[in-house]
Order: sequence, then C-alpha cells, then structure tokens
Amino acid sequence: MPRIAAALALALAASTAAAWAAEPGPARQAELLHLLKQDCGSCHGLTMKGGLGPALVPERLAERTDETLVEAIVDGRPGTAMPPWRFAVTPEEAAWLVRTLREGLP
Amino acid sequence: MISRAVAFLIGLALLLPSPAVEAADVLVVERASGAVQIVDAERKTQRARIEGLGDLSHATAVFTPDGSYAFVFGRDGGLSKIDLARGALVGRVIQGGNSIGGVLAKGGKVVAVANYVPGGVKLFDASTLVELAEIPAVWGPNGERSKVVGLMPAPGDRLVFSLWEAGEIWILDIADPRKPAVTRFKDAGSFPYDGNITPDGRHYIAGLFGEDGLALLDLEHPEQGVRRILDGYGRGEAPLPVYKMPHLGGWGVIGDLLLLPAIGRHEVLLVDRRGWREAGRVAVQGQPVFVVARPGRSEVWVNFAHPANDVVEVIDVASRRVVRRLVPGKAVMHIEFTPDGKEAWVSARDSGAIVVYDADTGEPRARLAAESPSGVFMVSRGLKVGS
Repeated sequence: MPRIAAALALALAASTAAAWAAEPGPARQAELLHLLKQDCGSCHGLTMKGGLGPALVPERLAERTDETLVEAIVDGRPGTAMPPWRFAVTPEEAAWLVRTLREGLP
Repeated sequence: MISRAVAFLIGLALLLPSPAVEAADVLVVERASGAVQIVDAERKTQRARIEGLGDLSHATAVFTPDGSYAFVFGRDGGLSKIDLARGALVGRVIQGGNSIGGVLAKGGKVVAVANYVPGGVKLFDASTLVELAEIPAVWGPNGERSKVVGLMPAPGDRLVFSLWEAGEIWILDIADPRKPAVTRFKDAGSFPYDGNITPDGRHYIAGLFGEDGLALLDLEHPEQGVRRILDGYGRGEAPLPVYKMPHLGGWGVIGDLLLLPAIGRHEVLLVDRRGWREAGRVAVQGQPVFVVARPGRSEVWVNFAHPANDVVEVIDVASRRVVRRLVPGKAVMHIEFTPDGKEAWVSARDSGAIVVYDADTGEPRARLAAESPSGVFMVSRGLKVGS
C-alpha cells in the first residue's frame, strides 16, 4: 500500500510539473485564444480589461499565484460568477493561458 | 388614454414623409472589429460600414425616435453617434473606462450610459454629446462604487437601474437632467445582473445572479419598495454553472405572461403579470441568454450560453413546449425580429454570419457576412417605448 501511495504521489508530482511545462500545439493555442477573447471575454472583456468579472491584465494578475489562477479557471470560484471550465480546458491549458495573460494579450 | 395617444403619434410619425430616414434598417455590431454595419432590411444588403468605434464587446445601440441617429455604447466607455442616413460617425466621446450600455431618455434628447468603471450613470445631451451630469453609484462605507446594470428609461422622466455589487435598485428623476435626483432601494437582491421594464412602463424587474428569485419594483408605487418574486425557483437545487450572463433586454412579453431566463437552470420561466407568480417553466437545452418574443405571435426564441450556443430554440407559449430547433451557426449571440414578426435576424459570431430566418417556416432566407457579429438592432426600436 505505501508503495502505491508513493507511486501515486510521484505520478501526481510529475503531472503537476508537466502542467507548467506543457505547451499546447499551435492549433489548440489558437482555439484557446479564441475561447479566452470571445467567451472568457463575455465577462472579463474582449481586451481583458474587465466587465462583470475582474480585469485579467498583467498588473492585476501579479497579485495572484499561478496555482490560484489555474484553479480558478478549471474549478471556478464558488460564491462568485466564475464557473468551472474543466470540461473545456485542462489544467495544463489553463497554465498556458495564465502565462499568456501574464505577458499581456497581443 | 396615454397608450392611445402614443399609438396615434407613432401612426402619425409613420405617415409623415421622413427624408432619408430608413426605419427598415438594421444595425449589426461587429464586436471584435470596432465596426458596425448598417444593413438594408428589405434588400438584405450592407448600406454602410462604420469603423473606429473601439472595443465593441457587449456593445448595444439605441436609436432616436425619428430614426435619424444611432448611439452605440462600447465596452471601453466609447459613446459613438452615427448619422444613419449618411452612414457616418458624427460624434464620439470616451465617457468612462468600462461601459455596459445605455438608453435614450426625455424623448431622445438625453443619452444615459451605465458604467462599470467608474461605477455609475452619466447623462449626455444627445445632440452635442456634452456631459450633463454624473451619478456615481456609491454604496459602501468607504465610498465604494458599484457596477451599474439594467439601465432603463421609465415614464415620468425617470431612469431605473440596478447596482451589481450593492444589490440595490435606484430610480433617477431626470426632469432636470443637469440636477438628477436619486431614490435608493437597498436590499433589492443579491447581485442583480440585468433589468428591464414592462411595456406599459409600470414595473421594473431585476434578474438576480446571487439568489434564485427576481426583484420587482412598481414604478407607480415606489413607496411600496422592492419585492421578491419567484423566490426559490431553483427549489433548493445546486445551480448549474453559468458560462454567460443572461440578458433581460428584449425579454418575452406575451399577453399577461413574461418569459425570462432562469439562472443556473436550463429553463425558461413564465411569470403571470397579474399576480407576479410563476405560471410554468419550459425545459431548454442550455443556459438561456436571450428570451425574445416574436411580435404578433405567442412564441419566444431563445439562444444559449457557451458551450451549447450554436442553437436557437423556439418555444410555443400556449403549449409550453419547444417546437423548433434551429442551428444558425457557431456562437449565436443575439436574435432580433422585424417589427412585423415575419423575420428573425440571428447573429452567429464564430460563423461570421447574420442568418435571416422566415419566422413562420424556420427556413433561412438570407445569410450576410459580418466579422464576429454580436448585437443586431432594428432601427425601428427607436419607436418603441421601454424595450
């Protein structure tokens, strides 16, 4: 049993590390950017300067860790209007979106 | 009596020769391009395209009662005035940092804008776009400002709107638009996301995101305060995630029935206006966004939030059933009927198209190209009161 737990922990650690390193392919990146601008944009604004949802511009995101932001994307934020996007965005893809947003949208 | 007088005036307006006014025009917002198209509704061809309007995500347009001008409200706080006959931008101000829409008041003389940042309402002279007044939506103990939603004109030179964070509804008396007077209604409900007013101008309703009920204010008896209707329509069930906030603009009013999107439930709610009680609900295929009544028919057309947003469902109100399902294209944003109810103009953002349906048969009549189209607005809206 302990060995299984250790293996699980290792696998989990590996997948978390992969989440930060993984880069979606170009076609998927285009889809994610479209989702970000158009659908996330319906609350956060097309240019990420905010709407009913907060602005997702680099200065604002600097206040939060990657983990918090990835969790907010995939699991939503209970008690707010932010819904979970896990059905459409993997944690790896969410991590890529966070990196992209931290650099600022082109 | 009043409605008869209004009908007479509208009838008169339709009879008078109105030079260069194309009341049969349609304004189409191209949300990602900062442009609008003016489309000839009869010929279904583009008459003009006006660029340089900024960030038009969630942009709306209103029209002067004579159909001469459109005012377009951009997300980035841009307020643009368009001469419809010339198809030209004739005025533009950046009036705020983040805006959600606006309305015309005082017979088209005053433009009112609802802002998220800085939270509040601003009033402008419709002819010059000169600012007349600012009404900050201050509510918190430290002067916090709330985002403003659901701004609507009401009879008696009034505006009504809701405050998202504050959970309040405010009535603004604009008899003197340079010195507006506020009446506040606190504890209206948790996170009002939009509001609308009944066609008779009497009742204002705010949809609530934070609870499963709606807030109702009788504008003839504001002293009675805000009351909750359809309280607990979610029946204690956990709400489903909402991937796009519903809208109450263009809601379905069929006789005494009001048809509204539920929040966090894949249902359209029916409210009987005679007692403000639920009169049924219709299961639909996703989170409804717009529930739009077809003029002259007992029918509403519904579009949906992401991800089930490539579909329009048509509800027959008498039988409370979905009787037709249309697939106009990817990411259906908006539905607008011609005033005679014969055609439905539907924008499909990710298909880059406006699809015009024969509303009787559900067959597409025309397909117009547009860049990421969102709002579709008939210029004849300007003739309507409180819609």
